[in-house]
Amino acid sequence: MGSDAVHGSMVNTCGPAEAGPYVRAAKAGPYVLWLVLVAVALAPRTTYAQVDITGSWGATGAEDLAGDSVPVDYTGVPLNQEGRLRALSYNESQYSMIERQCQGLPVFYFVQGPFGIRIWNTTEPVKGNTISYTVGAWENRAPLVIWMDGRPHPSKYAEHTRGGFTTGRWEGNTLVADTTHMKANFIRKTGPPLSDEATMTTRFYRHGDVLTVLVIVEDPIYLAEPQIMTRSFQLQNTELSPVGPPCVSAYQGRMPGDSVPHYIPEQNPFVDEMTERYGVPRDAALGMPETLYPEYRKKMKPGSARPAGCTVNCTTTAPPAQR
Amino acid sequence: MTVRIARIVSCVALAWLVAGAVPHAQGRRGGGPPATARAAAPVDLTGYWVAFISEEWRYRMVTPPKGDYRGIPLTPEGTRVANTWNPAAPESEPCKAYGAPAIMRIPGRLHVVWQDDNTLRLDTDAGNQTRLFRFGPATSAAAAPTWQGTSTARWESAATGPRAAAGSLTVVTTNVRPGYLRRNGVPYSVDTTVTEYFDVAPHPSGGQVLIVTTVVEDSQYLQRPYIVSSHFKKEPDGSKWDPTPCTAVW
Repeated sequence: MGSDAVHGSMVNTCGPAEAGPYVRAAKAGPYVLWLVLVAVALAPRTTYAQVDITGSWGATGAEDLAGDSVPVDYTGVPLNQEGRLRALSYNESQYSMIERQCQGLPVFYFVQGPFGIRIWNTTEPVKGNTISYTVGAWENRAPLVIWMDGRPHPSKYAEHTRGGFTTGRWEGNTLVADTTHMKANFIRKTGPPLSDEATMTTRFYRHGDVLTVLVIVEDPIYLAEPQIMTRSFQLQNTELSPVGPPCVSAYQGRMPGDSVPHYIPEQNPFVDEMTERYGVPRDAALGMPETLYPEYRKKMKPGSARPAGCTVNCTTTAPPAQR
Repeated sequence: MTVRIARIVSCVALAWLVAGAVPHAQGRRGGGPPATARAAAPVDLTGYWVAFISEEWRYRMVTPPKGDYRGIPLTPEGTRVANTWNPAAPESEPCKAYGAPAIMRIPGRLHVVWQDDNTLRLDTDAGNQTRLFRFGPATSAAAAPTWQGTSTARWESAATGPRAAAGSLTVVTTNVRPGYLRRNGVPYSVDTTVTEYFDVAPHPSGGQVLIVTTVVEDSQYLQRPYIVSSHFKKEPDGSKWDPTPCTAVW
């Protein structure tokens, strides 16, 4: 009997109560058939990935998302006033403090930094269903663990960690991950802050050998509107490391108990460096939200402040950084 | 009585199974492939979209200094050609930076509409450019190269599953007129192929985000594919649409 015939017979049993072949079988006692049907119907159906995002995804080196070429570069970060003042008070020498050397960068730094990523899944041993995906760590970034087994996010009072807590789901061919419980950190290496109330939504789109990751960060404390970042990676044959080397703190000129290096926001000496080096208006360098939209160009003087030529970090001759 | 309960349970289970197995892609309920690309669209890309310049601000909102080619894997020949760029010289072709390989990085707005049932039209207000994404078999590129070249398109959609409505658009563009990959004279050649993937995601404010992944291949001027992803926010209407002509230098 073909599958269509089985289907037809089963459908028949849903009509008027005539004694079809399956009803007669049921009378005979094989209720197991119905139990199997129910079990199959109720079993989770989204545990298998729609596409495979695991593997080693190399950096393309084409997108400069780090925005860390000069100390006061907040271009493209929609900061509110509190976030801007906090950013201007930041001094990179804070990283020389022994207690801050290993604080690391936020978990979404994998779409900002220079390296590729390795993604793998963990499966349960009986059915092989995916329990979690992990975006491997770098030495200055915690891994992103995406739980796929339906567990809830912890209480808002639960501990915040460098990697945060993330659950995932498939929407068609897209893996969607929601992250909460991140530690306070920086949304960019140059000092724009990230509060511990920030949340993140990440989407993974695979198109052949290209993986594009969309990250949207919401922070009610320091951002005027959600920050959007995208980064593409390319599948590579050589395996990337799933972990970074351990961070080892050491004396770098500052002793425990020393003051925290900082600037008075209004006196930050680097506030005009983006203008002098690249012709970027101060409002844009300071992350004013309106500078993220095309109409801001009308407020800019055409090319007036552009330097004659590039002097540092001008070309790309080496392959993208790998680990 | 037991048989009746078993029958009811089986009907519910059968309905559940059938519901989960039917693809949810639009236009497929009648059976067989949809007649047009418009009917087959697994995702709606139409509307007004504004570039959200949260990345590479200094390369996109201002003209970078001469020699600033960071991130672009130029060949030695590409570098040589780029170094001939002179920002002070009058540009005879101001639309060189608005060609298909670079247009999605230009700060501006997009307007996407269906020109006909098998052609998606994308207009940009910055530079007044029009791109036509034609679905169906590729046609020979006999015409002269243009800034936006010749584009063929196809939908990619999830085959099965309860959320199969999600999908994306793939566009391959060739026959482009040589221009600038970056406004400061970084070149691309007539042999360039541009492959783009268009995806849509929800925005936390209730709107949508359009993500465009662009892969530029040019054996003449690039050592390897140049891959960037750009994003746009959906706008409710065209009230901020602001057509402006091409400009060579900002």
